[in-house]
Amino acid sequence: MNIRRLHFGQSWSSILQICLVISLATAGCTPAAPAATVAPTLAGPVTLNVMTHDSFAASQEVIAKFESQNNVKLNFIKSGDVGALVNKAVLSENAPLADVLYGVDNTFLSRALDEGIFSPYHSMLLATIPEQFRLDPSDQALPVDYGDVCINYDKGYFTSKGLAVPGTLEDLLKPEYKGLLVVENPAISSPGLAFLMATIAHFGTDGYLNYWKGLRDNDVLAVNDWETAYYTNFSGSSGKGAQPLVVSYATSPVAEVVYAKDPIQDSPTASIVGPDTCFRQVEFVGILKGTQQRALAEKFVDFMLGTTFQEDMPLQMFVYPVTSGTKIPDSFVKYAQVPVKPAQLAPLDIDRNRDTWIQAWKDVVLK
Amino acid sequence: MISAIGGRAAAQLKRAVRQPALWLWAAPLLFLGYFFFYPLISILGMAGQAALGGSLKIDFWGEMWPALVFTVWQAALSTLLTLVVGLPAAFLFACFHFPGKSLLRVATTLPFILPTVVAAAGFNALLGPRGWLNLLLMAVFHLDSAPVQILNTLGAILLAHVFYNTTIVIRVTGSAWAQLDPRLEQAGRALGASVWRNFREVTLPLLKPSIIAATLLVFLFDFTSFGVILLMGGPKFSTLEVEIYLQTMQMLNLPAAGILSALQLAITLGLGWLSSRLGGVRDIPLLPRLKGEGMRPAHSWGEKVFVGGMSLVLALLLALPLLSLAGRSVTRLDADRGQRGAIDSGLTLDYYGALFVNSNQSIFYVPPVDAARNSLGYALTAVAFAMTLGTLASFALNHKGRANRFLGLLLMLPIGVSAVTLGLGFLVTFTGPPVDVRSFPLLVPIAHSLVALPFVVRILQPALASIPNQLRQAAAVLGAPPWRVWLEVDLPVVGRAMLVAGIFAFTISLGEFGATSFLARPETPTLPIAIYRYLSLPGALNYGQALAMATILMLICGVCIFVMERISLTE
Repeated sequence: MNIRRLHFGQSWSSILQICLVISLATAGCTPAAPAATVAPTLAGPVTLNVMTHDSFAASQEVIAKFESQNNVKLNFIKSGDVGALVNKAVLSENAPLADVLYGVDNTFLSRALDEGIFSPYHSMLLATIPEQFRLDPSDQALPVDYGDVCINYDKGYFTSKGLAVPGTLEDLLKPEYKGLLVVENPAISSPGLAFLMATIAHFGTDGYLNYWKGLRDNDVLAVNDWETAYYTNFSGSSGKGAQPLVVSYATSPVAEVVYAKDPIQDSPTASIVGPDTCFRQVEFVGILKGTQQRALAEKFVDFMLGTTFQEDMPLQMFVYPVTSGTKIPDSFVKYAQVPVKPAQLAPLDIDRNRDTWIQAWKDVVLK
Repeated sequence: MISAIGGRAAAQLKRAVRQPALWLWAAPLLFLGYFFFYPLISILGMAGQAALGGSLKIDFWGEMWPALVFTVWQAALSTLLTLVVGLPAAFLFACFHFPGKSLLRVATTLPFILPTVVAAAGFNALLGPRGWLNLLLMAVFHLDSAPVQILNTLGAILLAHVFYNTTIVIRVTGSAWAQLDPRLEQAGRALGASVWRNFREVTLPLLKPSIIAATLLVFLFDFTSFGVILLMGGPKFSTLEVEIYLQTMQMLNLPAAGILSALQLAITLGLGWLSSRLGGVRDIPLLPRLKGEGMRPAHSWGEKVFVGGMSLVLALLLALPLLSLAGRSVTRLDADRGQRGAIDSGLTLDYYGALFVNSNQSIFYVPPVDAARNSLGYALTAVAFAMTLGTLASFALNHKGRANRFLGLLLMLPIGVSAVTLGLGFLVTFTGPPVDVRSFPLLVPIAHSLVALPFVVRILQPALASIPNQLRQAAAVLGAPPWRVWLEVDLPVVGRAMLVAGIFAFTISLGEFGATSFLARPETPTLPIAIYRYLSLPGALNYGQALAMATILMLICGVCIFVMERISLTE
């Protein structure tokens, strides 16, 4: 018998020990993360579950304030992009995962309302919000913030080539911009869908496909997601790609300054804010049907519409607050351009035709 | 006297062989039943109900057929290419000593854990329109435009699949190869067989089960590929997995998603059945080789060229994209402000430093150490689950019986189900105590261990089957109770297979993104999730931090694997 004992049992346990030591060591050298579980006691805080899209963010201080004032623990459930968020809420309608849902936008608003996932809340604070954002007269979905999807350009590229920056959607068909634009797949990406909507708003349902044929012939590059478009293909980002024009957000140039490695005076990118070149996204919050915490849910919605949260939003999520008179950070004023006439479509139209428009887009651009 | 003892031992042995199959199955089946089939059937049931209410688009199959064909086609091509690279690489690691071997072996494992978005960034840095290769070629040949255009083509998908999955062939087939008794080949050679004939008639048949297992696992991974198709292939390519995601998450078309999921599961079952037929003959029990026996440095010129060439291929294909990522994470990446050259040149550790600062006081900020701890905690738990259940199932599978074969097939299903389908199943099933998707902390490692389980079983089961039964019988005759037989006969022999299986469970968990993003709570993100968070905002600092975090993920994983191998392979 030639079997030598390998002492495997011992080695296995020592492997585990080493990994445990590593993980304990890593655990030991920083302050502990916020406690993962909060044991509910009689006087302890109740939990309010809030479903959001992945881009949701807020300041610790702001959230802590709401939690201590209301003796509540906010539990955020991040649920993917806006489409995934709404669909998850619809599919779990019978046993709702959360009390409040934040993040549905005007491109998916109609689906959320049709499926009846929200119950109305006529908040007093709605009076402080301009009419243009209140797209749901039944007050099931209350506007919280807005932002514009715009084409960003790489300033350095256009300066160094002595090329004029395109000013309109039509300009993008010109030969001097051949192969310079990268867009996202509207079937996958929220900004990609928004830009498709802008072209539909501008050229109409019978004209937008011709426009996209023109873009295709001018070598527009389509990729699936914003991350790839911005970081792999866009030349103005740190990924240093090949295309100097990308579909992104009007606030992306602000983020380039805020998140520069070393402080910089000016953003390396800017947005094209001609008529209809941008599409306006409005994001909403709503109380989910079946909540056992109605009073708290209302308080949280009011909190999101209140000054503290509205002022916190811009630098956390790079969106604009909807409430009139909210202070906007200096960096927004300085580095973000605001489109005078952003494109918009009725939420109902979007919801009815979304899949057809996307399929037609695929047939034209990807074939 | 002697016969009396022999009789008792034989009876004991018979009982031990007959009974266990059922109770061995109990734990794995309960686990699979509750955490896999229950949610899966719930969500498919919902899809079925929705299908009764409405109808599919008339041209549903007309639209889906190309996706189905492409799914199979790219998976077959990718698997073939992965075998072309992986089998010689398995030979390299199983039969030769060469300098840098253990480092290279660890490096070949690392792609497996990389989130696709990071791997795509690595490939872009190398092969993109402004990647190093193109810049080099343009400089050398004085070209105006980039000569290599691979991104957004089928080629990019294939390349990424080879990059990700070669390690499966290296580990699964390689560990079986390293285990072969070299005396068989020596006997063949002594009897006058040529090297080639020896390989064809001795080595290859013995390796067949492991090659089939590796092929199946690689194929299933390519078949259900999601991120690679989206990020490397671009919008022109679509697979079943991508369609399931679109139908569920964008179009809310549950019936369509349900049909596609069922189709995916059926194909997985079919492939599992096919592979068990192909590998049909029971594994031949052989004495395992001693550690390091039969392994040698390259002698002849041919061998030296092979070892050098193959190492180079692996380094270029698998290690270079990783290095280019790590390189970028210490390079100044500030966006172009008309002075690209000047800015590009500097080195910096600032991105690593920035990881430790919550610059905008976000509630979702997570220090890298905490993300690493979350990842490691999940991974070790997943390893514990997958190894325990996998070992039980592997033992059970080695008993005869038709039911066994069927249950073995069921074990493969978790690889073939899309993360979206299972994730949604979790959401609609586990809505309250005892298991609540919003708070139950073990769901993430459980989901990971579901994916890891087929790996563990496919690796352990043949290794266990290869132990000559005489060894166990001898131990039993000498009076060892079953647990002692397992501890002192089986465990030492299958040590290498256990190690490989454990490494797979570990790496699958560390790199998993799809299910994790469905289940992880935002305050306890894993490293891959933290990487995505940085990448979802513009700005040099975010990009740099994402790359720094990815490098940390590679380092942690690399160190852990290196240590595991050191402990159990060199004694």
